[in-house]
Amino acid sequence: MADLKVALVGNPNTGKSTLFNLLTGLNQKIGNFPGITVDKKTGFCKLPSGKSAEIVDLPGTYSLYPKSKDESIVFQVLADKNNSSHPDVIVLVADSTNLRRNLLLFSQVADLGIPMLLALNMADMAKKEGISIDIDKLAQRLGVQVVNISARKGEGLPALKQAIAQITSLATQTSSIDAKSFAPEAVAAIKQKIATDNDYYALQVLHQHEHLAFFTDKEQEEIEAIEIGNGFDTVKLQGEETVARYRHLSKVLSDVVVDTGAKKKFTLTDKIDAILTHKVFGFIIFFFILFFIFNAIFSWSSVPMDMIEGGFAWLTEKGHEHLPAGVLTDLLLDGVVAGLGGIVIFIPQIAILFALISILEDTGYMARVTFMMDKIMRKFGLSGKSVVPMIGGIACAVPSIMSARNIESWKDRIITIMVTPLVSCSARLPVYTLLISLVVPDEKVWGVFNLQGLTLMAMYFISIIAAVLVALVFKFIIKAKERSYFIMELPVYRMPRWNNVLFTMYEKSKTFVLEAGKVIIAISIILWVMSTYGPSKRFEAIDAKYDHIEANSKDTVQLATLERDRAAEKLENSYAGLLGQTIEPMIKPLGYDWKIGIALITSFAAREAFVGTMATIYSVEGAEDDGGETRLRDKIGAAKDPATGLPIFTFATAFSLMLFYAFAMQCMSTVAIVYRETKSWKWPMIQLVYMTAMAYVAALIAYQFLK
Amino acid sequence: MKLSQLNPGQKGIIVSFTDAEMAVKLMEMGCLPGEEVEVERCAPLGDPIAIRVAGYQLCLRKTEAAVIIIQ
Repeated sequence: MADLKVALVGNPNTGKSTLFNLLTGLNQKIGNFPGITVDKKTGFCKLPSGKSAEIVDLPGTYSLYPKSKDESIVFQVLADKNNSSHPDVIVLVADSTNLRRNLLLFSQVADLGIPMLLALNMADMAKKEGISIDIDKLAQRLGVQVVNISARKGEGLPALKQAIAQITSLATQTSSIDAKSFAPEAVAAIKQKIATDNDYYALQVLHQHEHLAFFTDKEQEEIEAIEIGNGFDTVKLQGEETVARYRHLSKVLSDVVVDTGAKKKFTLTDKIDAILTHKVFGFIIFFFILFFIFNAIFSWSSVPMDMIEGGFAWLTEKGHEHLPAGVLTDLLLDGVVAGLGGIVIFIPQIAILFALISILEDTGYMARVTFMMDKIMRKFGLSGKSVVPMIGGIACAVPSIMSARNIESWKDRIITIMVTPLVSCSARLPVYTLLISLVVPDEKVWGVFNLQGLTLMAMYFISIIAAVLVALVFKFIIKAKERSYFIMELPVYRMPRWNNVLFTMYEKSKTFVLEAGKVIIAISIILWVMSTYGPSKRFEAIDAKYDHIEANSKDTVQLATLERDRAAEKLENSYAGLLGQTIEPMIKPLGYDWKIGIALITSFAAREAFVGTMATIYSVEGAEDDGGETRLRDKIGAAKDPATGLPIFTFATAFSLMLFYAFAMQCMSTVAIVYRETKSWKWPMIQLVYMTAMAYVAALIAYQFLK
Repeated sequence: MKLSQLNPGQKGIIVSFTDAEMAVKLMEMGCLPGEEVEVERCAPLGDPIAIRVAGYQLCLRKTEAAVIIIQ
């Protein structure tokens, strides 16, 4: 248990998350995009007094009046004394280069009467831009300690920790505006009702009680009655309060801030923006960046992936040579190791993808993408801010759906949530990679572009186009509750924080291996058992049949084929085989056989199980093979339809499968997160149904046309 | 005159807002009456626009810029 709870509060883009990392040593994702800190983040810090402090990083906001779901957390935590995150001390982090706007939030928070101090971040940048701040005078006028820090360079931390340790348990901040003057009767009535002596808290309760879950239904009704009875006009009063606060701040800041050259900070950003958001070049550059990402995912990762693939094949082979033959060895090598190999192989791609996305966010480019895309996105019922969840969807739909919280409008947000899972995520990448490598030749087009890379990019484009078209459909179905806004800060361009990039790579790969890995290993083992065992009568019959043929044959070549036929027939009659055959009539029109059927069943919970399943099924089938076909790709490529003798994985089947995986909702985590974010089963169920239907129809059309 | 009528490079002083709800949001982000505002650039498709106000860059849609009255 910590001795002290400290909350970090501040505007977006003030370096709050960077400071949090410095204080706690715990690292997490930080970006340049407003409102990237979505979930509550907590860490611990030792103070110079020997005491320990628990630090909570609250979402960035411009005001206590929330404009998005994300921002509403701030007041909920600060208002509720029983909330587990309710702080003893608030550190308000402000951007020194834009003090007045940052102090608006300070003055609102200060009036809640919680002990606090002011940390002026980017002190070094302010100095460079010719802004000088008299912190002693500011501290005296605000009545709190003021500390200069530079979170990026790690300066001023000892002083900040010292200040946190020194803070008194009684709030010392000077009063700013007269909160009760805005609605005297209503404020007085609320103070009596909820037993508080803080005018501003009472005023905030009038404005925001709907967001405060700790009031009972009866209390909510009574507060509502006070509101109506006194003609409380929330919009008008918020405006009046904001004006009054700025008037007060002008007095506070007079001869505190001396600004001699505020324009300098933009010259570089302006020059970059002139190119990156240019009418023509802007989109071309964006397109090239996307292409670069896809190309990098494929080409940079090929060497490490080959090494991993080769390594696992070697391990399986050596294992079979040296371990005693038996059920346990088979389970270990063909169940666990095969499944594990199917996961580890995607680490290079996932690491590269997340590194590139975190660079785009960190530099500030992502905010420009939002800016450029807003007009197009709006036509489809989305907002420019939907671009970030959708691009993030390329990595994983789960965090992306959470990041949709900073979309202010309810309708824009719901539509974004509904279509984000259509964007091809990293879990589909294994499926695409495998299938593309089977049916698309590894050739160069026009000498530069890799044909496989282009096919992959096409899959991503198809998925994005599908997402946008579905959004358009939802635009007409869903009724808007309020209007949509697009007022957003464009942060200055910065160099990415390389530590942060490396950390993101590590963190995301680890999460993928651990989270997806657990499911995949479990599925691999179940699958191995299901495909190795079957109804005993059938198995006995098969054994009897082959034993009989073998006993009457002396031809060694024929014997080898017989062993393979016996294994294949056993697989067909195993529990997994029977299940696959049950659904075969349904998936036959899509071009799939019962083996692919098994993979479809296992990837219902998590689509990345496809490759693992294929690996398990084909290693079971190939277990008796003494040939060199130990690489998964070769095994699957060599698979033949027993009836016709033609390869199963034709271009038509592979493409139909890719489309199925592109559109189907095969991810339990996404269903769960959509339920959590929308607080109802309605949306995740609609999503599950429409995506599955779309996947089936698209795969059907593709196969029937291409075969 | 409305802010949305300015071309990139043109400046104005914020006088008032025609929409109370939007006014609160804009003021919280530093767009105060009396503040100088300059249209920096338009997005490649002409909308939204990027403006410079109170020492930083803000982007907003033209419909949102239309609630800001300037002189």
